[in-house]
Amino acid sequence: MKLEKFYYDNQIVKLFAYATILWAVVGMLVGLYAAFSLVYPGLSMGIEYTTFGRIRPLHTNAIIFAFVGNGIFTGVYYSLQRLLKARMWSDKLSKINFWGWQLIIVAAAISLPLGLTTSKEYAELEWPIDIAIALIWVVFGWNMMMTIIKRRERHLYVAIWFYIATFVTVAVLHIVNSFELPISFMKSYSWYAGVQDALVQWWYGHNAVAFFLTTPYLGLMYYFIPKAANRPVYSYRLSIIHFWALIFLYIWAGPHHLLYTSLPDWAQSLGTVFSIMLIAPSWGGMLNGLLTLRGAWDKVRENPVLKFMVVAVTAYGMSTFEGPMLSIKSINAISHFTDWTIAHVHIGGLGWNGFLTFGMLYWLIPKMWQTKLHSIKLANVHFWLGTLGIVFYALPLYWAGFTQWAMWQEFSKDGFLVYGNFLETVTQILPMYFMRAIGGTLYLTGTIVMIYNLRVTIKQGSFQKEEAAEAPALEGEYTGPKEHWHRPIERKPVQLLILSLVVILIGGAIEMVPTFLVKSNIPTISSVKPYTPLELHGRDVYIQEGCNNCHSQMVRPFRYETERYGEYSKAGEFVYDHPFLWGSKRTGPDLHRVGGKYPDSWHYNHMIEPDRMSPNSIMPVYGFLIDHNVDTSTTVAKINAMRTLGVPYPEGYELIANDDVKAQQMQIVESLRGDEIEADPNTELVALIAYLQRLGTDIAMADESKTAEKQ
Amino acid sequence: MLKFIKHTMDTIVGIEIFPIISFLIFFSFFIGLLIYVKRLSKSHVETMGALPFESEENSSTSKPNSND
Repeated sequence: MKLEKFYYDNQIVKLFAYATILWAVVGMLVGLYAAFSLVYPGLSMGIEYTTFGRIRPLHTNAIIFAFVGNGIFTGVYYSLQRLLKARMWSDKLSKINFWGWQLIIVAAAISLPLGLTTSKEYAELEWPIDIAIALIWVVFGWNMMMTIIKRRERHLYVAIWFYIATFVTVAVLHIVNSFELPISFMKSYSWYAGVQDALVQWWYGHNAVAFFLTTPYLGLMYYFIPKAANRPVYSYRLSIIHFWALIFLYIWAGPHHLLYTSLPDWAQSLGTVFSIMLIAPSWGGMLNGLLTLRGAWDKVRENPVLKFMVVAVTAYGMSTFEGPMLSIKSINAISHFTDWTIAHVHIGGLGWNGFLTFGMLYWLIPKMWQTKLHSIKLANVHFWLGTLGIVFYALPLYWAGFTQWAMWQEFSKDGFLVYGNFLETVTQILPMYFMRAIGGTLYLTGTIVMIYNLRVTIKQGSFQKEEAAEAPALEGEYTGPKEHWHRPIERKPVQLLILSLVVILIGGAIEMVPTFLVKSNIPTISSVKPYTPLELHGRDVYIQEGCNNCHSQMVRPFRYETERYGEYSKAGEFVYDHPFLWGSKRTGPDLHRVGGKYPDSWHYNHMIEPDRMSPNSIMPVYGFLIDHNVDTSTTVAKINAMRTLGVPYPEGYELIANDDVKAQQMQIVESLRGDEIEADPNTELVALIAYLQRLGTDIAMADESKTAEKQ
Repeated sequence: MLKFIKHTMDTIVGIEIFPIISFLIFFSFFIGLLIYVKRLSKSHVETMGALPFESEENSSTSKPNSND
């Protein structure tokens, strides 16, 4: 047994920890701006880069991929080395992982405010960045797997299983959901259309929650809670069940984001059933984390690290109870499109991810700088500011969500909607939006207190770049007594990886294959026609401005929705929608039946000054749309791309498409002139009006009997 | 309301095998998992649980604020 001497790489952990802290502040500031701009829409100052539609994806991406992403890397690079008794396999790959990831974040921070977006939630980044993400992710995984293979510890601790599953699944999700056809640099169309695109997107979207915000953090929980409490995890057996059950079930749950939409009913039920089953592994994991502290609760009272972790795990438990509840159709009818969803994700984001990250940092930084935390008192101040922040954030939004739903669905005795004007239901909850912004401010203040505290800690400590350690080398083959069949899989990381992959592919396949293979899943509606080229340009303006962040295009089959908006949405109406634009939140009314509802001039004035057409509207000012022209040189590429994706434009149509563009532009300009508005035909605003006026009108012309499913 | 809830896949021949297969995969997976976990030896479980603590030079307490 010869001991080998080696060094842990703390430098890479330090870099990622700093990045985590930096992006935490940036992401929260952007979120705070978004929150205040809902109450004070004037904040965007009429500038295109600061509208809520462009800023909201910036906030979500910054929090998920920049803050939590760097948090994952921080924890993984620290714990992986120690659990395997090995330095990271390649310092170079670690560095590429770090700088590559930061460059991706910067690219996102530049491209999203510029309106370069695919519109798919949490996958908004355009195709060149998508490719970069895939490459850097593979670099991370490769470095991790090689470290595992070259390890000095025979057994793989459960945290590492979670890391491996995270790596594999995120890779699969990202690649499948990012199938898009580029038409230029930073512009592409989703490979899938309509219902299929929605299904793939939410299979991805929900599993981003599962495999980016949950599994890696559970791995961190299984390492850092035992370390901070200085006692092993409550039940290792439970952690095995937790792991396999979680990755097996999570992958099926995506359709619960599409309840009561045009998604086939069987797929919706699948999402509901699996989401409810998810309570078991999630709560098993939560209890495993909390029970680790049994007999050590006295430590929790005095140790801020454990305080943060206990609240984090509790928030995880709350979110994972609430999630399944929200997957029950009747409850989802209330939460979908309202602020209940926003409250729910922030219990997860602020509570689970945020607090676990803070706890980890409070534990890691004194350790790596070989000192004590500067001030326990300040850490406690942070703890209470953060906790109050979560309460002040979530409670008003629960209130807002319920209130708005209650107003949406209220009928008078005579059978009319009591609040026929959507805006009334928005102004009603603005005080709640203000409270939420205050909650966010508290939370951010706590974070700043933490930064000060950690800075002083770092100043008084001395950083240990290379941490010496020694362990015997691992002998090649295991030659112990006869063992259980599963044991080799634990020891052979590659097999573990493959097994995780198989497990997640089963769910993915069963969920998606039928929807892709079976034609009758999407009944065709003969009157649904492809968009005209100008409408296509207008649709791209809609995507660029992120209108889908506040407006849905999905009328659910409830009387209170059909009364308000018109006929409910049919799967067959979306067959030419690359990407789909159903949206998942109604800060403004649904737009799926907005076509023909108002004259062109109404839209024109409304975009330039929303307040004038709808007093008290919180929509940003979109006057800049008359300063930008539609680039008609891209028409050919757009028509060709759509034809490649299966939209039936006739051969050679791309060559004459711009004539149709001009004709339709002149039509709109004429109708505006009738209302004494002189408009420039080439503006983005005219294109957007063309698209809005088209929305939902196909079906009005449809013969109802034809919409029935046949075959 | 009811016109919305259509049995989309009723018309497909042999479709009923689909949920049955799903259920069987699912059920056997979890039964297998439970059996496996039940059969783990106690010593192995303890070793695994102790992994984060092994060969730490200062495995006493690693709390930033330990005052005991």
